[in-house]
This record gives sequence, C-alpha cells and structure tokens, in this order.
Amino acid sequence: MRTEDLVRMLAAGDAPASVGGAGARYALALGWGAFAATLVMALTLGVRPDLAEAARLPMFWAKLAWPAALAAAALLAALRLSRPGRRLARVPVALGLIVLAMWGLAGISLARAELPEWPALVLGSTWRSCPLLIAALAMPLLAGALWAMKGLAPTRLALAGGAAGLLAGAGGALVYALHCPELAAPFLGVWYLAGMAIPAALGALAGPALLRW
Amino acid sequence: MLLLGLAGDARAYHGFLRELAAHLRAFVRKRLARMPDEVEDIVQESLIAVHNQRHTYDPGQPLTPWLHAIARYKLVDCLRRLGDAPLGGDALDEASQLLQAADPHAGEARRDIARLLELLPERQRLPIVLMKLEGRSVVETARLTGMSESAVKAGVHRGLKALAAKLRRSR
Repeated sequence: MRTEDLVRMLAAGDAPASVGGAGARYALALGWGAFAATLVMALTLGVRPDLAEAARLPMFWAKLAWPAALAAAALLAALRLSRPGRRLARVPVALGLIVLAMWGLAGISLARAELPEWPALVLGSTWRSCPLLIAALAMPLLAGALWAMKGLAPTRLALAGGAAGLLAGAGGALVYALHCPELAAPFLGVWYLAGMAIPAALGALAGPALLRW
Repeated sequence: MLLLGLAGDARAYHGFLRELAAHLRAFVRKRLARMPDEVEDIVQESLIAVHNQRHTYDPGQPLTPWLHAIARYKLVDCLRRLGDAPLGGDALDEASQLLQAADPHAGEARRDIARLLELLPERQRLPIVLMKLEGRSVVETARLTGMSESAVKAGVHRGLKALAAKLRRSR
C-alpha cells in the first residue's frame, strides 16, 4: 500500500479519541486487584487478631507506610513507562531512597540490639513463608497492572513489566502487612523486599512477551 | 493539529498524518541507511501505531519525544523480526542484495558496508570487494588477488555468510 493511501484511510472515519484514559484504566485494574488480594488474604490467611493493639505501635504504621510509598513510586514509574517518550527522571532514585530508608531503620534497630538477638530480628518467625505469600497476594494486582499497561503503549517492555511487577508486589506487601505478625525493620527490609522482588522479576520477564503492540 | 485530530477534525488529522509521514521517513531513513527497502514499511507501521495509540498521547507533554519513541519502538520491532529470519540462502541473498543496493549510494550505507567488510579476513574481503562492489568476474578477481578461482568463490560465499551473521547480531 502506498503511504499516501494509508494516511487517507487512517484519517477517514476517525472518531474522537479519548485522551487521559490511562489513570482510569489503572484505577480500575488496581482497584479490582487490591480487592481480590485483600479478599484472598482475609479468607485464607486471616487478618492478624491483635490488629487493634498493633495499630497503637508506630512501627505498625511504618510497616504500612513503607510498601504504600513504594507502591506510589512504582505506580508513577508504571504510568510513565506506559506512554511512549516519557522519561523516568528521578523515579528510580525515589524508589532507591524508600528502600534505603527501611534499611536505615533496620541498621538502627540492629545497632541497638545485642548480637545474639540479630537472628530473631532478621528472620522473625515467618521468614520462610513471608516472601512467597506476598508474591502470591501480588498476583491479582500483577494481572491488573499488566492489563492496564497493555491498553497503553509501553516501549521499554522489560522495564515496564518490572515496574508493573514492583507495583503489584508493593500492593501485595501492603495487604499482607495486615496479616503479618512481624514488626522488626530488619525483617521487613529483607523479606518484604524479597516478596516484592518476585513479582517484579516475573513482570520484567513476562513484559517483552505480554506487552508487545 | 494532532489535538484537533484527536477532537475529531478529520481534515486537520489528515494534514497531521501527511506531515508526520514525511517526518518519520526522514527519521527512519537516518537510522536505517543500510536497508532502504525497509524504510517505507516502518514508516507505515509507525503511522498505524501512532493512530492506534493516539490515546496515549498526553497533551501536556511535548509531541516529538512521543512520536520518536513510537517510531523507534517500531524500528526495533522490525529489525528484530528481520533478525529472526533463519540464516540460510535468504540471508545470503539479503547480504548480497545489500551490497548491490548499497552500490549507488555514496553516503552512509557505503560507509557501513566498508566498516563491516573491515571485520572480514583478507581472503574474504578482497573477493567481495572486487566481485560484488566493483563488479568484476571470478577470473579477473582470481588474477588480481593471485587466488585460485575456487578460493575466490569460497571467499565470497564465506564472507557473505559472515556478513549476514554480523548483521543479524548487530540488530
């Protein structure tokens, strides 16, 4: 086909395109994803029974704020990576700083503790299951985030998939935090991060295949 | 004009796409001097992509990076697809055609070929330069290089094969 004809064909019968549907699409996808993750958590794992007591501890709120901040930064990255030509600019730096903040807290708490207490601070009592459960809870969010991204036009597919995965992982961690009995910063800095890294890696691996257009 | 087009003004949109086609052609040609045949394909693919993805344009952002990112994405996509083609007779033909197609152009394409050829050993490079770029016969080439006729033929064949492999990798 000649390019001139193609141009005429594309221009003819063109309905107005909706601009700015990206936010709505993400809201829909993440809303349902978060709902599904919360439902699964509540039904299978159960909210921690002492939630009301825990809510009085500042560390409990830090445990919620941290994945929430990561989710916000990852959402920003995902939104930017969904549109051609947008730069990430300082978003990766923000993500790095948020992780470093938790590691800073972890360092302080380790420095205050005696050496024999370290394993308890780092491993807690649930280190074996924590990353896998976070990753599992992240799955509905990952599906939603990838679906939202698929309707847009990411050009760096692995990176975009990774951002979607990190977003899902942070969301999964946020939901899991309502069940998880651990409060030690070193534990969060290691195992929560590992739990978020699993969907991020999955997203980065699946991105090139799933997000093509 | 894109914004008018997005709002449903077909004539403005037509004008925008026509200008865009010319712009994309220059953009792709600059990056794909080696393969003049593919340029128009990629231009068309990019036009379709711009059209299909027009909802991802954020009116608050500059237009050019958005367009270029789409064109670059389609360019890479196309090269990857070409690179996936099995390396056999086709790839050899392709490499051979490439040398011929490059002949009339004095500019970038020629320089690209020269750079690729430099990577080949003498026994392959000389026969290719003499036969494919200067159009000499096997007999002449053999006489000029002092190689046997069968060595000339083998050199051309192996050299083209190596070039095709290099092209595949560089994509």
